[in-house]
Amino acid sequence: MSEEIMPDKNGRFGVYGGRYVAETLVPALEELAEQYEFIKKDKNFLKEFRDDLSHYVGRPSPLYFAKRWTKLLGGAKIFLKREDLNHTGAHKINNTVGQILLAKHMGKKRIIAETGAGQHGVATATVAARHGLECLVYMGEEDIKRQSLNVFRMKLLGAEVVGVSSGTRTLKDAMNEAMRDWVTNVDDTYYIIGSVAGPHPYPQIVRDFNAVVGEEVIEQSKIQIGKDPDVLIACVGGGSNAMGLFYPFIENKNVRLIGVEAGGLGLSTGKHAAPLNDGKEGILHGMRTYLMQDDAGQIIETHSVSAGLDYPGVGPEHAWLKDIGRAEYVAADDQEALEAFKELTKVEGIMPALETAHGIAYVKKIAPTMSKEQTIIVNVSGRGDKDINTVASIEGIEL
Amino acid sequence: MTSKIKDTFSEIKAENRKALITYIVSGDPDLETTLEIMHTMVKEGADIIELGIPFSDPMAEGISIQKGHERALKKGASLIDALQLVAQFRSSNKKTPIVFMGYMNTFESLGAQAFMAKAVSAGVDGILIVDMPPEESSKFSDHAMKNNIDIIRLIAPTTSLDRAKKISSQSSGYIYYISVKGITGASNIDADDVKNKVEVLQTFTDLPIAIGFGIKDAISASSVKDIADGIVAGSVFVDLIGEGNDVLNMVAKKTKELKEVLG
Ligand SMILES: Cc1ncc(COP(=O)(O)O)c(C=O)c1O
Repeated sequence: MSEEIMPDKNGRFGVYGGRYVAETLVPALEELAEQYEFIKKDKNFLKEFRDDLSHYVGRPSPLYFAKRWTKLLGGAKIFLKREDLNHTGAHKINNTVGQILLAKHMGKKRIIAETGAGQHGVATATVAARHGLECLVYMGEEDIKRQSLNVFRMKLLGAEVVGVSSGTRTLKDAMNEAMRDWVTNVDDTYYIIGSVAGPHPYPQIVRDFNAVVGEEVIEQSKIQIGKDPDVLIACVGGGSNAMGLFYPFIENKNVRLIGVEAGGLGLSTGKHAAPLNDGKEGILHGMRTYLMQDDAGQIIETHSVSAGLDYPGVGPEHAWLKDIGRAEYVAADDQEALEAFKELTKVEGIMPALETAHGIAYVKKIAPTMSKEQTIIVNVSGRGDKDINTVASIEGIEL
Repeated sequence: MTSKIKDTFSEIKAENRKALITYIVSGDPDLETTLEIMHTMVKEGADIIELGIPFSDPMAEGISIQKGHERALKKGASLIDALQLVAQFRSSNKKTPIVFMGYMNTFESLGAQAFMAKAVSAGVDGILIVDMPPEESSKFSDHAMKNNIDIIRLIAPTTSLDRAKKISSQSSGYIYYISVKGITGASNIDADDVKNKVEVLQTFTDLPIAIGFGIKDAISASSVKDIADGIVAGSVFVDLIGEGNDVLNMVAKKTKELKEVLG
């Protein structure tokens, strides 16, 4: 795992992050941080984690040169980091494989999680099944509708899926409900958060477990490109696939880091999920970060065609990287994402998740402006099978 | 400096009884009704009123109070409204302490300094920000102290002894002891466990201790009343408001029921 620069001992990335939770959870988070600091230096844990990543997840994931797409766009060489080929079809499994080992080390019997697109829920239900632990996943009623395939997958894996009907009935409300469960069952329950969000130490834990993505890219770039890539691109919901790719490159200033948020119906409409582009600082889910909120400090409803990006906050490390100017954050709207989804599918035979398609959309914009000697690596955070119903219904097709 | 909260607890102690602290959400179901409910509660014996500040994501609340927040927000209730509400309440009640209980983002959106100034002029006596542990509270604590607003903090069943000492040393007004691991409205209150924990707290703090979460009737109130200096009842009132039948009378009855137990 990479050398730590951040967070500081209070869990802050600059002014962001921290631990803004009700008192009942503070001791649980302190214990989690302590146990994590211990386990991440433990040889047995590290071996088990790496073995699981190789033999269960199927790592390393390939770095694939998208030859036809590169030609079509007519600029920089484009490489795809194939997290879609992981077991369960997304990067989310990297984190859950690590956290379930931590949960077992802490002697917890019951696993809970929140999920938006259902990918994190599936990844959690999967590792819970493998380790024989009870698993309960909170999911907004709205998301249950748009991601019915993943709901059924979770159930087959033996997890209980609990619909959340409060608030906006999406990811943020699922997270509220998971927190409420955790407060109530804190003695025997481990809460696996699915992104680099939430109170300290979650943003750090989830980043570290996903950093394998960027670490592999460093090695693969040396061999396949012969030099550093020029630009790294990833979609940003909570920010875990982006953080996993970016983190090992933070010190290497030659590499541009670009995160792509969900532009929804367009940044100018206000109906989007792009807090780094058009939000302001505040506190939600235990962290200080950029948020979609109104003048009175109420969190506002977000809009995105992709359930996994439909979240009003963002991991605190991204907020910090934005402020210090180390990473850039842009947005792709629903329409651009849908076009990118179709283009990559047709041109390369790779169907990305709708979340991923936001990153793909920005590649379409930037690649033609770059020279043929330059390279872009985009994180294909997940595969698109789960989104087929959504795409079909947008086209007015009933499956 | 005087504190209305401190004076209230001294008075209650002298009268050899326990404080009844009632919680409702500001603006639930609307601001006029909240004001009427506040006066009704005082009339029937509430000693301190905690006004919940509506927030879109009330993470520590059970379903009853969540719904209260949603009802208030639907009518557009805000922190500013709540301040105006208190100013109105003060035009006929100068005595009953008012505590704002809410979530950090709404207070931050106004800013610690601006909020405290407005709170003082409206007549707010204390704040309890649920998701603001001592480690994250320096700005609010500084401005609260300058403005003589009490900072009430939570201590939970999970809080260690060392941590409890640190929290009490940074608290004023009273300490809010959470009786259960859980959210508001929980129903598994264990009086023996609460007693053990509160007795330990009393060895190192002189602040009054109020017990909350899970107190909804005469029985649950009497199970913990001897242990501490006061009890907080919230979900039960918010439920009555949500049901919407003869609210003022129902609230009056419930307040009276709790008051009778507390002496
Ligand atoms: C395939 C895929 N990519 C990206 C995301 C967004 O999450 P994050 O920003 O944490 O990577 C999700 C979330 O569900 C996802 O399923």
